[in-house]
Amino acid sequence: MIQVSHLTKIYGPRAAIQDLNFEVKEGEIVGFLGPNGAGKSTTMKILTGFMPASHGKATIAGAEVFENPIEVKRNVGFLPENPPVYLEMQVYDYLEFAARLHRVPSGSVARSVDTALEKTGLGEVRKRLIGNLSKGYRQRVGLAQAMVHNPKVLILDEPTVGLDPKQIIEIRELIKGLAGEHTVILSSHILPEVTATCQRIIVINKGVIVAEDTLDRLTTRLKKGLVYSLFVKDAAKAGVDAIAAVPGVTGVSVQPDRKIVVEIAPGVAEVRDRIVETAVQKGMGVLEFSAERVSLEDIFLQLTTEEKSE
Amino acid sequence: MSTIWTIARKDFKTYFTSPIAYILIALFLFIMGWMFFFNLSHFNLQNMQYQQFNMGKGISITDGIIRPLYGNMNVILLFIIPLITMRLFAEERKGHTIELLMTSPVTLGQVVLGKFLSALLLLLVMLAFTLVYPLVLFIFGNPELGPIVTSYVGTVLVASCYIAIGVMFSAGTENQIVAGSLTLVTCLFFWLISWASQAVGSVWGEILTQLSLIHHYNNFGQGLLNSNDVVFFLSFIGFGLFLAHRLLDSFRWR
Repeated sequence: MIQVSHLTKIYGPRAAIQDLNFEVKEGEIVGFLGPNGAGKSTTMKILTGFMPASHGKATIAGAEVFENPIEVKRNVGFLPENPPVYLEMQVYDYLEFAARLHRVPSGSVARSVDTALEKTGLGEVRKRLIGNLSKGYRQRVGLAQAMVHNPKVLILDEPTVGLDPKQIIEIRELIKGLAGEHTVILSSHILPEVTATCQRIIVINKGVIVAEDTLDRLTTRLKKGLVYSLFVKDAAKAGVDAIAAVPGVTGVSVQPDRKIVVEIAPGVAEVRDRIVETAVQKGMGVLEFSAERVSLEDIFLQLTTEEKSE
Repeated sequence: MSTIWTIARKDFKTYFTSPIAYILIALFLFIMGWMFFFNLSHFNLQNMQYQQFNMGKGISITDGIIRPLYGNMNVILLFIIPLITMRLFAEERKGHTIELLMTSPVTLGQVVLGKFLSALLLLLVMLAFTLVYPLVLFIFGNPELGPIVTSYVGTVLVASCYIAIGVMFSAGTENQIVAGSLTLVTCLFFWLISWASQAVGSVWGEILTQLSLIHHYNNFGQGLLNSNDVVFFLSFIGFGLFLAHRLLDSFRWR
C-alpha cells in the first residue's frame, strides 16, 4: 500500500530525514517510533503531499506522491501534530467542509459525516463550536476529519498527545478498530503508545531508521545487552581481567590497536563508570570510551523514560 | 469549480460567524451614509442657489452626487478591504489549518480562487446595501442610470484589485497585522502612483498613469465602459492572484 525508497529531506545544512526505506502492507497498523525531532513529522508531511522531499520516492496506493499528488491526497487521511480545526466552526459544519474538500460526492456527504461522528464518539457535540471543546475533543474532531472520506490510508501524527488517560485508551481502541479496513501509520515518541496499537514498529532516530520489526522481535533484540568499546594506552592482562570482574560484564575481548570490547548483560544497571574507574585504577590510560553503535537500546531507554516523566 | 465554491462558502460563512462582517459592514455604511447625506444636502443647496440667481441649469445629479459618492466609496474601500483580506491565509497558517487545505485533493489555484471569491462575496454584500442611495435618488429625482451602473462595475473591479493584493500579502505571512498594513500601503500606492507622472517625463509619466487605479476608474465614474480599463483591472487581479499562488507554493518548500 505504501512504498518509500531513499526518501531524504534537507533543511539548509541539516538532513531531517536521510535515505528512508520502508513498506507498509494493506490493512497494517505501523508505528513510527522515535524521540522528539527524529524526523517523524517530516516523513508524514512528505507522505501526505504537504511538502516535497529533497530526494527519493514515495508511493501510496499506486500513485507517486510528487507526480500525482491529487490522486494520493484522495486516498489519504491526515491528522497533523496540531489538529487542523477551525475554532469558529461547528463540529458538523467542519466535517462537512472536510468531506467536500476530499471530494465526497454531494449525495453522501451527510452519511460520511454521520459515520465519522459516530466512530469518534462526537455525536453529542456535533452542534458545538470547536473552539469551545476540550483538547481531547478537538483531537477527536481532527481524527474524524482524517477519516471522513473513508480513505485507504490514515496517517496520524501523535494522535494521543495531550489527552487524558481515559481518552488515550478510547483513541487507541478506535485506531485498533481501523486495522484491516484501513492502512494506518501513526507516530509517537512514547513506547507503550505504539506497543498498544501497532503490529509493526519502525524506530527512527536522527532521521534514519534504526530498526524495523514486529514488537516481539524487537524485544528479543533488546535482550542482547549493551556493547561498549574502550581505547587504552596499555591493554595489560591484569587490567583486562579486572574489567571482566566488574559485576554485570559478560565478556571482554582485546582487539588490535589496544581496543577493548566490553559486553554487558541485559537489564543491568549503569556500569559504565565502574568500567572506566577500574581501567583508571589499573593505570591503563583511558583514551576513549564509547558505545559501540547508536543502539536501539539507548533509544528505547530514552523513550521509556520520557513516558515516566509525563 | 465545486471545490472553489466549497472553500469560498466556508470563508464567507466565517466572516459572519465572527464579528468581522458585521463590524466592517456597519463601519462602511456609517461612513458612506454620512457622505451621501452631506453630499446630497450640499448638492441641494448649490442647486437652490443656481436657481435663485438664475445661473442656468446647475450641475447634474451625475456630476454633483454620483461621481463624488462612488469616487469616495473607492477610497473608503481601500481602508476596509485590507481588514477583510488580512485573515484569509494568515489565520490558516497561524492556526495550522492550512495543513488541511494542503493535504486535501485540491490545487493551490483552487484554494487561492476560493479565498478571493469569499472576500468578493462579502464585498458584494456590502455594496448591495449601498443600492439604497441610487434608490433614494430615483425616488426624489431622475438621475441617469448609465453612470450608476458603470460606477458599480468600476467599484467592484477596483475593490477586486484591492482583494487580489490582500490575498497575496495574506499568503505571504502568518501575521495578520503585517498582511493588512502591507495591503493598505500597496493599494494606496497604486491609487496614487499617477501623482508622480508629472515629475518623471512623458514616457515614464504615461506608464505610471496607466498603472494607476484611479486613472482607470475615472472613466467608469463618467459612465464610460472602456475595454482597456476592464482588461487592466482583470490583468491586475490575475497577477496578484498568481503571486499569491507562488508565495503559497514557496512556503511548502521551506
